[in-house]
Amino acid sequence: MSKGTNKASNALNELRDMDELANGNSLVHELHPLVKLLVTIAYIYCVVSFSKYNLTGLFIMLIYPVLVFEFAGIKISTCFYKLRLVLPLVLMVGIFNPIFEGKAGLISMITLMMKGTFSLMASFIMVATTPIDGLCAALRKIHVPSILVTLLLLTYRYISVLVREVAIMTDAYKLRAPKQKGIAMKAWGSFLGQLLLRSMDKASELYNSMQLRAFKGEFYYASQRKLNARDLVFLVGCIACFVCARVFNITELLGGLFV
Amino acid sequence: MIEFKNVNFSYENGIQVLKDLNFEIAEGETIGLIGCNGAGKSTLMKVLLGLLPHEGTIKVSDLEVNKKNLEEIRRKIGFVLQDSDNQMFMPTVYEDMMFGPLNYGHTKEEAEARVDEVLEELGLTYLKHKYNHKISGGEKRMAAIATILTMRPKVILMDEPSTALDPENRRRVINAINGLKVTKVIASHDLDMILDTCERVILMHDGAIVADGPANEILNDKELLEANHMELPFKLQGLQDYV
Repeated sequence: MSKGTNKASNALNELRDMDELANGNSLVHELHPLVKLLVTIAYIYCVVSFSKYNLTGLFIMLIYPVLVFEFAGIKISTCFYKLRLVLPLVLMVGIFNPIFEGKAGLISMITLMMKGTFSLMASFIMVATTPIDGLCAALRKIHVPSILVTLLLLTYRYISVLVREVAIMTDAYKLRAPKQKGIAMKAWGSFLGQLLLRSMDKASELYNSMQLRAFKGEFYYASQRKLNARDLVFLVGCIACFVCARVFNITELLGGLFV
Repeated sequence: MIEFKNVNFSYENGIQVLKDLNFEIAEGETIGLIGCNGAGKSTLMKVLLGLLPHEGTIKVSDLEVNKKNLEEIRRKIGFVLQDSDNQMFMPTVYEDMMFGPLNYGHTKEEAEARVDEVLEELGLTYLKHKYNHKISGGEKRMAAIATILTMRPKVILMDEPSTALDPENRRRVINAINGLKVTKVIASHDLDMILDTCERVILMHDGAIVADGPANEILNDKELLEANHMELPFKLQGLQDYV
């Protein structure tokens, strides 16, 4: 198997892994997608709203992702592995703060890194415990424009098809250029052009298929259930905890008990 | 059921793809649409579905194919695309099957009942909650047929339904086609499959109809097929050599 195919296969496998995770059956998986979405938004909002020097206050926010990972039966290491490409970018946020602000800059840099990491962890746990259709239905419930949600849904559905196309084209290229490492710069234009044309063909067929089944711009998400008491308790409980953690510096309060 | 009267279609650059097509298809008939690449089979189907404009008259159940009647016509005709990936755009088989009925205003309960009925009929119940990007090519093709059947169409059009299938899945699709009690139009190069499923064949070449008649007659006519860049079905080749 060629190197290109391996990369494409790995990408597909990772996508499948996420499906497996999202289709688990833990307490967290069973929560209504809308509740998970709202809690995640509230969590990220709270985390981001901490002052950039409030390092101690922010620490307490780590409890939410850690607990949810535990209840979902997903290892935290899985999260960091899946986010390995994004995390370095997040960690680079505020990297120059120590240069411009000295010691205070160091604290603000760490706070910014933590904010980014916590937000990513919360987003990951939502995606890893919610199937894509549930997530899209929840996004529509909070009035995210239909066009964006449709794009998200179709991107998720077709990313594997696109990866397969890339794998086929890469293999076809390598079979006729055995001594080259990767794809030569001069071939990138036509390579990407071909990929674009193939994507456009697929998009056109897909559009026809949707039209023929009476699509009028709005997806109906079939597998939705109503909110139950447990969903509401989780929603209210989490938001109350986040507000408490934001208003009171719980880490300092707890520390004060021992000093 | 379906009527084509003096139907023509040309692209904007003037290239004529369909040339003066005239034929009728009765209710319950199974028609094989055959011809070499570029003969106009897929274009004919797209014109029938109103995906491409046309000159002349096309009627489906006495309704003329035009902008005004398009929704009603598409409700009557189900189209199984050549590439099932283009057809199965929802994440799971279940969501995909619910898509059509829900868009046509059926309640969730009604749509769900249809889904269960069709899956049971095709022996695909095990696929119900599977992800579309995780099922095999053969399963995807069967599921694509299932998504169309949930809309309970009066006519089913199929574009190359046996392409890229292994023998077992090909046979499965053939059996499924033979089990469908609706009008069927099947465009294919797989003449053995056409022989197994269709009672009548329309042979096209260069956008025009060259022959229209019983499948057994046309698919046995070596000269006619070869003159139109095709050859006898494999199962008949052996027989002719033997004779």
